[in-house]
Amino acid sequence: MSGPNTNYDPVEVSALDPANVDAAVQDALTAIAAAASLDDLKAVRIAHQGEKSPLALANREIGALPPSAKAEAGKRVGQARGRVGQALTARQAELETERDERILVEERVDVTVPALRRQLGARHPIELVAQRLVDAFVGMGWEVAEGPELESEWLNFDALNLGPDHPARQMQDTFFLDPVDSGLVLRTQTSPVQIRTMLEKEPPIYIVAPGKVFRTDDLDATHTPVFHQIECLAIDKGLTMAHLRGALDAFVRIMFGEETRTRVRANYFPFTEPSMETDFLCFACHGEETWGSAEPCRTCGGSGWIELGGSGMVNRKVLRTCGIDPDVYSGFAFGLGIERALQLRHGVQGMHEIVEGDVRFSQQFGMGV
Amino acid sequence: MRMPLSWLAEYTDLAPGARGADVAASLVRVGLEEEDLHGGDITGPLVVGRVLSFELEPQKNGKTIRWCTVDVGRNGQMLTEGKHQEIVCGAHNFEVGDLVVCVLPGAVLPGGFAIAARKTYGHVSNGMICAEDEIGLGHDHEGIIVLSRLLGAEKAASVEPGDDAIALLGLGEETVETNVTPDRGYCFSVRGLAREYWHAQGSPEGGYRDPAEIAVPEATTGGYAVELKDESPIEGNDGCDRYVARIVRGIDPTRPSPAWMSKRLTQMGMRPISLAVDVTNYVMLALGQPLHAFDVDRLSGSIVVRRARGGETLKTLDDVERTLHPDDLLITDGGEQPLAIAGVMGGASSEVTDTTTDVLIEAAHFDPTTVARSSRRHRLITEASKRFERGVDPEVTAAAAQLAVDLLVEHGGGTVDPDVTDVDRTTGRTAYLLDVTEPARIVGVDYPRERVVGILRDLGCRVEESGQGADETHVLVTPPSWRPDLVDAPDYAEEVARIDGYNNIPSITPTPSDGRGLTHGQKARRVVADALAGAGLTEVLSYPFVSEELADHLMLPADDDRRHAVRLANPLSEERPLLRTSILASLVDTLRRNVARGHKDVAIYELGLVFRPGASLGTAPIPGVASRPDAETLTRLYAAVPDQPRRAGILATGQAEQAGWWGPGRAADWSDMVAAVQAAAAALAVPVVVGNDAGHAPWHPGRCARITLADGTLVGHAGELHPKVVAALDLPARTVAAEFDVDVLVAASADPVQARSFSSFPPAMTDIALLVASDVAAADVEAALRSGAGESLESVVLFDVYEGERIEAGHRSLAYRLTFRAPDRTLTTDEVNGFRDAAVAAATSATGAIQR
Repeated sequence: MSGPNTNYDPVEVSALDPANVDAAVQDALTAIAAAASLDDLKAVRIAHQGEKSPLALANREIGALPPSAKAEAGKRVGQARGRVGQALTARQAELETERDERILVEERVDVTVPALRRQLGARHPIELVAQRLVDAFVGMGWEVAEGPELESEWLNFDALNLGPDHPARQMQDTFFLDPVDSGLVLRTQTSPVQIRTMLEKEPPIYIVAPGKVFRTDDLDATHTPVFHQIECLAIDKGLTMAHLRGALDAFVRIMFGEETRTRVRANYFPFTEPSMETDFLCFACHGEETWGSAEPCRTCGGSGWIELGGSGMVNRKVLRTCGIDPDVYSGFAFGLGIERALQLRHGVQGMHEIVEGDVRFSQQFGMGV
Repeated sequence: MRMPLSWLAEYTDLAPGARGADVAASLVRVGLEEEDLHGGDITGPLVVGRVLSFELEPQKNGKTIRWCTVDVGRNGQMLTEGKHQEIVCGAHNFEVGDLVVCVLPGAVLPGGFAIAARKTYGHVSNGMICAEDEIGLGHDHEGIIVLSRLLGAEKAASVEPGDDAIALLGLGEETVETNVTPDRGYCFSVRGLAREYWHAQGSPEGGYRDPAEIAVPEATTGGYAVELKDESPIEGNDGCDRYVARIVRGIDPTRPSPAWMSKRLTQMGMRPISLAVDVTNYVMLALGQPLHAFDVDRLSGSIVVRRARGGETLKTLDDVERTLHPDDLLITDGGEQPLAIAGVMGGASSEVTDTTTDVLIEAAHFDPTTVARSSRRHRLITEASKRFERGVDPEVTAAAAQLAVDLLVEHGGGTVDPDVTDVDRTTGRTAYLLDVTEPARIVGVDYPRERVVGILRDLGCRVEESGQGADETHVLVTPPSWRPDLVDAPDYAEEVARIDGYNNIPSITPTPSDGRGLTHGQKARRVVADALAGAGLTEVLSYPFVSEELADHLMLPADDDRRHAVRLANPLSEERPLLRTSILASLVDTLRRNVARGHKDVAIYELGLVFRPGASLGTAPIPGVASRPDAETLTRLYAAVPDQPRRAGILATGQAEQAGWWGPGRAADWSDMVAAVQAAAAALAVPVVVGNDAGHAPWHPGRCARITLADGTLVGHAGELHPKVVAALDLPARTVAAEFDVDVLVAASADPVQARSFSSFPPAMTDIALLVASDVAAADVEAALRSGAGESLESVVLFDVYEGERIEAGHRSLAYRLTFRAPDRTLTTDEVNGFRDAAVAAATSATGAIQR
């Protein structure tokens, strides 16, 4: 600490003159307000807050004052420096905010220009529809079974009660292999999967079998030589046609919604006895009969109902062939074409789009349906 | 099978006010699916017209129309303008003088189409000349109806211009068409359909009048000689177990069929021909018994029914000379000359002609299997064969012959011979012991005993008490002769459910208890499919049929297993007789189709089975079906089914990344294919190894990656297709492809992935550049680096490859970034340098790499 300066004359210390201090503050505030950029403000800060600024010089003079004058001068200069400091901070914040906002504006881009540089892939909707059905049945406790597409003739026909002379066997146009006595065919239905399962697994059996099947139809709006079926088979004690109907109803609800109604009627399939055909209420015309009218419903053809597919209680002969005692177990089976489900559910007009492999077809469905 | 409502009403009572749709709905309830409705929704004037003249007028649209003048009698323009009808017609299948069907202004056609005079092709057309489909007569729209062809010349001769065509063609009433399932042969008759309709009405007492219940004289011994001599029955069943022959003499061959009969035949979709033929068809439609009419004057000996002999031939009614098979059952003249293939089609030599006066009517019962085989063998599906192979009522035979005789006598002026030949070897049906509670157990509806018995009796079954079972639960049921399909309990259960109403069956969701969800393999396959789509590929499906040349186009070596393909005996196209042995084989067509449709940037994939029979196709046994085949037979059966691995194929052409505001695009190349396979493997957390493969078709020898599991098992190949393959298959240049075995990846993923722990200490990175000969694979260099770097190595990334002036010719520089990290400490610079030097040393020793 310096000693008292007995020769000091406060009047001569003009830097500490209140008027001068005020003037220095005013100069500083004016300069701060006038600073248009952070760089300007930096210069202002050096000029008015720096070591050689008037207020810094004034501050330095305080030490030379007599103790009686120090307090007042210190207070005055301190307040002055405080005002300048606050103004600087405030302006600094203002300018930084302006700068930040300007940068954001300057960095603006047009985000509506194309963003995808790579094509996105897609699954085929036939696979997706099959997965949807499979998942729903798996959720109810069923399991998935699969088998080969090139199949033994015995598994595809004979074991299903389709003997060589059966009229139903003629209804199916089968791809036979060369030589024709190889006993092998391209499977005409997914039913051989059911036979394989029944031959190898003890009941209870609850399986769903999706897969590709083949018939010698030329491609047109409703036919394709290669298509997909999904079949369900249940073998257990005490199963009745009521359980079959319950499973069918579940199936239809999964595909076409909770509101769908079904009707059932007798039909004939060699694999089942009794057999059943299921129709569900046309979702387009809601069951209105439009037979013979000027514009019959395009979805159901006018009957008000859409045929789902064949079903029934597994024929006892088939159970015996598979080594299952029909006096102990009963079961049911049903199936439908996935192409048809896809057409109905998603409004696909023809068969061509499904089989041609045009990438636009799959891409409209994305990764799930 | 069609049925006009008036015919139905003859045999059963129609519900009051029932229309065609109501009848169809009733039949649906008892299991007969509606097929179509015809007639009944047409209002005239629809008249017969005679084409007087026409002028051909070519049109701008390329069509040539006919501007016709038609005599329509006192109708239409004759009444209003005093001239013949003027009509524009687009069809060309008629001549001047033909009788046609004209719809005139004011008429309304099926579907509510109102007809008015309208201007078309520069004329005012006063109506239309009709095709079959326009008036609901059939589905034919090949040309317009010419009545001489539709009705036969004889019938057409009795028709005049101006006649009402609605009445003539039976369009005034509705005809219901139903689909008959193979087990319901009896519904191929109005008799059977009427019975089913009656059931649908609740089988009211007296509501069904069986047209077969007519008086039939007893068989005599003096009738036309018939011998049944089947010496090789099929499966023990006689080819013919009943043969009724009746003779009507002195028929006037000029007498036409009565109008009502012609009309009904037309309504049923059959063409009237002559009285004798029309009568046989009419009786068949009424009773379901196919008949055959022989010209007695063209027969010489007794009728002998026997199997064909090797080399025998017969020219059938359709004018085709057919070589007969020893399984064919024949009707022969005196045992020698074949007259007909039994139950299928008659021969030309004995058919009735327009001079036939004496007719022998055959009403016989033939074995379904025999007829089915002959029908199939000769590709002859006739009205008769359809019925016989589904089973004809063996007890309707005599009544059917009698009905035909009666009609020929009444309408042909003939006289029936008093003698009746009826060789009957049929055995009646045996009774089945039915537990009356069984239908409830099968169907799930609690049918009372009386309900079960009542329904069976309504169906025509004889039901007798058996005195067996607790509470007399068992009854003896003898099915009616027209129901060969009723054999055991499920058959009867179906009948009970059907007549009681299938819609009375409740809906109970079954509740399996031990489902285990998807298998690992099923889930894994979905993962692969999703991963490939995630890699930007679009899934497609292709037919597996491929050509023989394809193996050459793919440049498969002579000994390549993929050349062993399964051949179809009956391919859809002779050009594609083989089944694919790879996915790419069929996927190339799909790529080409996309390119042809203007898609330049295409990246597609397919997951599916391929067929790999190996060197030769096995033969699968066809065991019996009475019981489960023995284990050895099943093993042979399964083994004979060729290997069908599940594979994935990928093809891409064009840009993998698009050009855009960001800069140029990037063409799909070999590396996209390798990356796609790696993506599929990574999705299953299966490590794979990539190596160069210079010799695998159909890939470019310098741009093909062989992808294997860590243990060397082949997964697949990826890269660019061989330029020659691209040229041979007409694919875009530089098409890239991959194919891999999905089953291999899935199997490799079977074990649960085991987690590794991570170090939280900081990594240390160091870059190295190695100079190697150009033929050294980067994968080998990386493997060496890994082996030498020690356990602290975390990753090796090849971040630059340089070939050029700054380095020695025949070499390239590979720049790697090595990242090290220890589990328990921060590594020092010295330690890292040591690891790096060891890695480089290993690379040098393994590949000759020199650090730059």
